[in-house]
Amino acid sequence: MCCLYRFGSNPAILAGMMNRSNPLAHEHLLHRLHAIQQQFRHIPPHAMQQAASEFNIPLSQVAAVVAFYSFFSTQPRGRFDILFSNCTSCGYLSGEQDLLRMLCQRLQVTPGKTRADGLVSIGETSCIGMCDQGASLLVNGVPVTGLNADKIAQMVQLVTDGTPIQQWPAAWFETSDTVHRRDLLLTNRLTSGSALRKALLQGSDQTLTVIQQSGLRGRGGAGFDTGKKWQFCRAAPGSARYVVCNADEGEPGTFKDRLLLREYAGTLFEGMALCAFVIGAEKGFVYLRGEYRYLLPHLQIRLDQHREQGLLGKHILGQADFDFDIDIVVGAGAYICGEESALIESLEGKPGIPRIRPPFPVTHGYLGQPTVVNNVETFIAAAHITVHGSAWFKAAGSSTSAGSKILSVSGDCGKPGIYEYPFGVTIRQVLDDCGATDVQAVQIGGPAGTLLSPAEFGRVIAFDDTATGGSLLVFGQQRDLLAIHRNFAHFFAHESCGFCTPCRVGTQLLKNTLNNITDGRGTATDIGELQQLGRIVQHQSHCGLGHTAANHVLDGLQKFPHTFSRRLQPQFTARFDLDQALASARQVTHRDDAAAHLDNE
Amino acid sequence: MMTTGADTIRIDGEEIPFTPGQTIMDAALAAGIYIPHLCHYPGLPPSGNCRLCVVEAGNRSVAACITAAAAGQEIRNDTPALNAARTAITQMLFVEGNHICPSCEKTGNCKLQAMAYHLGMLDDHFAQFYPHRELDASHPGILLDRSRCILCDLCVRASRDIDKKNVFAIAGRGTDAHLVVNTPSGKLADSTLAVTDLAATICPVGAILIKEKGFEVPIGQRIYDRQTIRETGLQEHVERKNGD
Repeated sequence: MCCLYRFGSNPAILAGMMNRSNPLAHEHLLHRLHAIQQQFRHIPPHAMQQAASEFNIPLSQVAAVVAFYSFFSTQPRGRFDILFSNCTSCGYLSGEQDLLRMLCQRLQVTPGKTRADGLVSIGETSCIGMCDQGASLLVNGVPVTGLNADKIAQMVQLVTDGTPIQQWPAAWFETSDTVHRRDLLLTNRLTSGSALRKALLQGSDQTLTVIQQSGLRGRGGAGFDTGKKWQFCRAAPGSARYVVCNADEGEPGTFKDRLLLREYAGTLFEGMALCAFVIGAEKGFVYLRGEYRYLLPHLQIRLDQHREQGLLGKHILGQADFDFDIDIVVGAGAYICGEESALIESLEGKPGIPRIRPPFPVTHGYLGQPTVVNNVETFIAAAHITVHGSAWFKAAGSSTSAGSKILSVSGDCGKPGIYEYPFGVTIRQVLDDCGATDVQAVQIGGPAGTLLSPAEFGRVIAFDDTATGGSLLVFGQQRDLLAIHRNFAHFFAHESCGFCTPCRVGTQLLKNTLNNITDGRGTATDIGELQQLGRIVQHQSHCGLGHTAANHVLDGLQKFPHTFSRRLQPQFTARFDLDQALASARQVTHRDDAAAHLDNE
Repeated sequence: MMTTGADTIRIDGEEIPFTPGQTIMDAALAAGIYIPHLCHYPGLPPSGNCRLCVVEAGNRSVAACITAAAAGQEIRNDTPALNAARTAITQMLFVEGNHICPSCEKTGNCKLQAMAYHLGMLDDHFAQFYPHRELDASHPGILLDRSRCILCDLCVRASRDIDKKNVFAIAGRGTDAHLVVNTPSGKLADSTLAVTDLAATICPVGAILIKEKGFEVPIGQRIYDRQTIRETGLQEHVERKNGD
């Protein structure tokens, strides 16, 4: 089936990419390119050629990968490469202040461009998972949180002085995970090794049975039955099997994996080893989003500790026939890689274009072999279920949704942070607990999820009601919902992989139409236009990104029509701005005087 | 289990046979039923990127070219709603690039243009994107104008799977997606592409053009002056070389 993919998978070549006997041991194409980007501050043509020959892959594949991932560039970035999050919660719009523009003005940088002296570049990036920490940015890949005008002023000085970021105030780089409510998974820590010991004692059949009986469903949002997934993978024919942890939480407003990876990495690795034990895998991957690269050293230490404890590696817990180890592959800025088949493409060193499904990863995953891809929280839940039993798990939650859900709550509320609830909790309860008053709307499941009006706050968090990967964004009465829609539309247009027409072009058109309405050039026909476009993007697209990219607009049109209608022009209005249309002429003639502008009054 | 019609599907009520392994598109074309498509070319592995062939199978919307035919499927294809969506997708392809029909050498031989006629598309509907995309005239026999490319991936697959040259790839994300040439310079002149390659001639639009041939056939006597894209679509097939 490999011919179905955009780049033919050559298992021998790809295996070589991860081969430890290879001189490039531990190297993955994305890691190699990251190192080149660090060294040259961009990826120059000669380095691409060198990478292509090192990995024995076509140059066009390297070029395609470089062009696909946001954190790679073909033009040099600044020595201080600053990327502001543009999320509605951890983004650069802090109250009335536009922190990105502020920094750009003071450092005399054009957004998205590198300053002529090469010192600094400033741009924006999709949500970096710091939504409970205030306005945030990445400087050379490291997050700085809690931004305000003071910090920006200090940063101007630090950058101008060329102070290395190691010497920036240490407190800027500290993030604290605040857990406001704990339930099944976050109350008690598992003793290291307890889940694996139990599994080895009861055997793989029984371990699988317990997972199946627990009713555990995938915590990423789609909610596929975990026991079934493991069983399908175990039964699928293949020469090798793989366990993949999807730690690419990119849904704006989601940051629970940040906590789980930092505090519960051992339980995660154990959950992955359990899965390996059940399906018969020897190799696992944690696909870590590039925005969380700063967690990598910590995760490597935890992996080493696990190996020392005999919980990973050869002969796990002394079992002659149980070998399993985990590599961490770090992404490079692409929301689409949270889609499991795109994630696998990325693992294989390719652009993250979602595959044709079926076949599904459980039968044809990494290198075409049976592969389980589960969310961080799912593996951790599996470890707990193995220790405590299925009845313990099923006792919490609702009939369709067993257990608990860890929520990332942010936006206009008094206590943003992590909340773990049994499934079935009402939205209202969550809002009360997080100190949200005077709420206009809630976006659950991120921009791809559902926009809820106050009339719906009695709805519950469950797979058969409001499903969520964990993101819950609170919007207070003072928020302009149109700006939220515009932000979401920009997000999808930026993150669309570009493979299929309706998503590639449709997300741009949605963005443009919302821009038009925001800019006061929208008319009544634009409402019908948004509806029609939304339905086409939703129904005709290739993958889940496209299927959900218009949800927020369609929800908004239905539940908050006033958001859009009050901005429409009653009379004929040109769709384009005549004066703006002359901008290129002004640029060519080097004129920007009053006479070179149309009178817009 | 199905006991009747074990190897048949129904498209718009018409029962047609299929063989296991065939897609809905394969079965439909074999039975003389046209499902509009631009990125599919029988004989090449399907891609599923243009989405014109999206049909309704039960309550799901699926691309016919990448979805396996399964016994008893009830498929809706030629419906007003689906054709309206196809028209919108065709309009999206038009506005995304710079499609200059009146002055394009491909006019009359262009599948995008023919699809627009087939669907009764009367205007672009959406505002033009007017992209700036690189033109590559370096090759002595072949012109590559990326602004007319619809990212259908046919040249990529033809070059990789039929010509065995792997000359092209698509790089970039979203509307930045663009065709790249697999050479250090990125120029077509440095590639092994030949005018006789399938990859040089399979382009459905005017993105890859054979030089000095553009007006050999006068306008009025070209492919879609003589037949509709439906008729072409039911006939064409890539012959594999050397028993591939």
